[in-house]
Formats: sequence, structure tokens, C-alpha cells
Amino acid sequence: MSREIILEVPNDLRAIENTIALVVERCDFCEGHARKLNLNFRVSLAEALANAMLYGNGGDCRKRVRLEICLEKDHVRACVTDQGEGFDPDAIPDPTTPENLTRPGGRGLFLMRKLMDEVRYNERGNSVTLVLRLGTDLGLDEAASA
Amino acid sequence: MGFSVVKQDGVTLVDVEGQLIVGNRQELKQKVLEELEGGDRRFVIDFAGTGYIDSSGLGVLVSLSKKIREQGGELRLSGLNEDLRTLFELTKLDTLFRIADTKDEALAGI
Repeated sequence: MSREIILEVPNDLRAIENTIALVVERCDFCEGHARKLNLNFRVSLAEALANAMLYGNGGDCRKRVRLEICLEKDHVRACVTDQGEGFDPDAIPDPTTPENLTRPGGRGLFLMRKLMDEVRYNERGNSVTLVLRLGTDLGLDEAASA
Repeated sequence: MGFSVVKQDGVTLVDVEGQLIVGNRQELKQKVLEELEGGDRRFVIDFAGTGYIDSSGLGVLVSLSKKIREQGGELRLSGLNEDLRTLFELTKLDTLFRIADTKDEALAGI
């Protein structure tokens, strides 16, 4: 079995923390994976939501960001979709090279790629899917029957 | 969540409580730049009370470091927990900043 959470988030940066807190709270049965959830998942999801709001939706408060979370047996998958025109993720330069290290921006996508097991964009470039494998059975069946 | 600024032995010490994220990074930037414009040159930003820094927060630290260095000053960071240190290491920003374990160490060395 799996658990699914679908949220339509207002295009407001202040909504990010509450959204993430809600999602992480629903992952309460992943007790043995606290660090992966609090570092890898939390950071990557925050970056994806911020990118969607700032760059995808261009800060337009009339737009929304769709967040789909799927908790599977041994992994968590998040899909963040904005209402923008999309972008080419391969065009984002490596922020760790000497010439880019002192640039203030460009680290969000890099962090997602470092912290998650999979980062995939759709062809249009307005939807990113993040996958974090937790390595062990999360015991969703037991959680559901508890 | 917020920032407190105190002066200690000629060093401007900024404590970051809670998070340094896209929603509050400009507040930190403004506070530090005000002190820089006021003549302060030695800065320590302490993260002992910080749970999370996002990429925008990292970016504002990079920007502040550059501005402080341009004025002949120095910025040191301290108090990073294991997760925050990981973010600095992944982004190689640990090579850009002087990072002390505690604010006392940072204050002693600056």
C-alpha cells in the first residue's frame, strides 16, 4: 500500500514551512529515518517549492503550486508543479566550480540533486519529481492497521 | 525566529534563531549591511540556534562575505550543527568561509 498527500499551495514563500511541516508530520511512521527526512527530504522539498514560486510562477500570488507526495513502501516521492512556462534544468551551472562559488544563487537545484536519489523534470520543465529511497521497508501496512 | 545583533569586543555578533531561508534572508542582509555601513568590519554569524538554512540563506551569506571583504573586513561563521555543516560541505562553501565550532572560538580568532 501507499499513502498520498495532494496539496494546492498558494504562491507565497511564507507557506513553505507550514507545508513542509505538514508533510513531515504525515511521515511520522518513518521514525528510523529522521535525518533523511529532516535534511535530505526537507531541504529538497523546500528548494523545489521556492523555485516553483519564485522562478516558475514568477512570484505571482494569483498562481499556485501543486504538491503531490507519495509515501511508498521504501521511498518517498514528491512532485512539485508550478504554473509557469518551465525551464531547462541542464542550463543551470555547477555552483561549486571556482568561478561560480562566489555567486549568490544557483544552489537550489544542486542541493536537490545531491540530497535526493532521483530528480526528474518533465519535458516542459515546470514539474519536478523528487525521490528519496529510505532503504528499508517503512511498514506502511502496519501503520495503516495500527 | 529572528536575528539578534550584539557588539562584543569590537566584533559584531549576529545570532540566527530558527531558520535562515528565502523568507527572512533580506532581514539578515539588511542588519549586517547597516552595521557595515556604520563602520563595523569584524563579524561573526552564529548558527547555534539555527535549525535550517536554505540555498537562499547560503546565497545571502556569500553575498555578505563578499561585501565585507570588499570593505577590508572579515566574516566568520560558527555553531553549525551536523546537518548545516553537510550543506556547507556539499556546496563547497566550507572552503569559502572561516567556520568555527563555537561563537567563542570565532570571537577569539577574529
